[in-house]
Amino acid sequence: MRTFLTLLGRELKSYFYSPIAYVVIFFFLIATGFNFYAGVMFLNRSDAEITVVEASFNTVLFWFPFILIFPLITMRTYADEFRMGTFEMVTTAPVQDWQVVLAKFTGAFGFYCMLWAPSFSYFVAFQLISGKEAAMAAGAYGGSYLLLALLGMFYCSIGCLASSLSTEQVNAAVMTFACIFAVFLGGLVTFIFNVTNPALRDLISYVSAIEHMADFTRGIIDSRPIIWYLSMTALVLFVNFQVFQYRKWKA
Amino acid sequence: MIKVENLTKRFAGITAINNLNFEVERGEIVGFLGPNGAGKSTTMKILTSYLPATSGRATIAGYDVFEQSLEARKHIGYLPENTPLYQDMRVNEYLRYRASLKHVPSSKVKERVGDVIELCNLREVQRKLISALSKGYRQRVGLADALVSDPDLLILDEPTIGLDPNQIRQVREVIKNLAQKRTVLISTHILPEVEIMCSRVIVIHKGQIRASDTAENLLRNHRAAGSMRLEASTGTDDARSMLAQVPGVKDVTEEKDGEYGIFQLRLEANTDPREEVMRLAGNRQWNVRELLRRRATLEDVFVELTHSDS
Repeated sequence: MRTFLTLLGRELKSYFYSPIAYVVIFFFLIATGFNFYAGVMFLNRSDAEITVVEASFNTVLFWFPFILIFPLITMRTYADEFRMGTFEMVTTAPVQDWQVVLAKFTGAFGFYCMLWAPSFSYFVAFQLISGKEAAMAAGAYGGSYLLLALLGMFYCSIGCLASSLSTEQVNAAVMTFACIFAVFLGGLVTFIFNVTNPALRDLISYVSAIEHMADFTRGIIDSRPIIWYLSMTALVLFVNFQVFQYRKWKA
Repeated sequence: MIKVENLTKRFAGITAINNLNFEVERGEIVGFLGPNGAGKSTTMKILTSYLPATSGRATIAGYDVFEQSLEARKHIGYLPENTPLYQDMRVNEYLRYRASLKHVPSSKVKERVGDVIELCNLREVQRKLISALSKGYRQRVGLADALVSDPDLLILDEPTIGLDPNQIRQVREVIKNLAQKRTVLISTHILPEVEIMCSRVIVIHKGQIRASDTAENLLRNHRAAGSMRLEASTGTDDARSMLAQVPGVKDVTEEKDGEYGIFQLRLEANTDPREEVMRLAGNRQWNVRELLRRRATLEDVFVELTHSDS
């Protein structure tokens, strides 16, 4: 456990050693802040029956920066260590491979959570200033942030896997973006095409991040997406672990 | 401490090491010599569990490096080639991180890091970023990292490369002092270093062991690598082929210096044909102005053992 925490500490700290972390935080705060502002303005102008939470979490303005941050968070996790050769220092110390894989993932996910933490203050501020409820119920907050966490886990694990497959950060970033975008688009198929097959429709809505978000921001916490994201994260991390070992044996 | 049996490693199409067998006893300092690409680093990487062997086995302190890799790694302090370090950390911060990664008890981390900073002369740079350090300092940070867990076995891949003569001497002193209670396997190109530090030398070439002995024994048994130099005016004689026929002479090269010829004679093992050569010169009435036998150095032994066609 101590070894894992040592590795995790190094991962988390390493984000703040580089200026990229601050750049990411800066732009992410601008993007989410603007997104929140746009949500409130939209509600001011129309009489749509949705809450501020729904209006800020399920828009194009939300999803676009959302997908972009994962390549930036995860690209250096493995690729940089391969390129610098420090990978050899890590793996020849008495640490186990799963500890490294989990520490890298947890580090990336931890940084992602730090990015989101300030956004909660937007809704607090909204309620204090306007005196109106930003969400239907406490469950809508819980649901929204739970889904953000689940999505973050899944997408971070994809990023870690991509990084473990490359020695250049740029390659890792491009691969991560492509994979996450493909997964995300998969859930959009029903919006773009007229899918008539009911089984296919169900399947698509089962994996659609947008539909999950629509439910969770209303406080409808469905167990199926929770299982989907947790099991996909576990699967991707398992593949990541195998790649990690293969890498070590091949080098 | 180290036991290597029939170790073979093949990369796609290339055999990096071929059926290697050797042992290193506790307390020995063993120099691992060989030209570039001989398989030194590959062997070290297998011993530290970084690479798997294609076949054969290796144990560290009785633990198989593949089956019981974690236990084996606990005994090793390793300095890889080129000393990879996290550039974005400070020296003391990096060493604390490494100490805790290597299971140094939390209460001892500070003390151990202080000790290795002292030992490797890093005091004045301990708060600097590693990326700001010179090559010599980085090398010493790597060495401090290898030492921080106080391991029984040190595996050092070219620890003095890139250092200036003073730093080399310091690193050498550090290693010699450590060796009193530890086992050290050290690879290097710098031959005098081996003669000074190592109790034994293993010469490896093209993935195979060419010799494994003390430096003195290597020199004694490979006087073959010795040579002789004769400067004489030999008139019209075909001195070169005459000299080549003297027993014990392997081959002769000739250069002209006015009416004198400068002959370089390569000698066979354990021979000293000086008298024969003088007799020949006397018989043929050559004017000899110099006859010199050069004693073999470890470098000659090294060249002989690792010369491609030998």
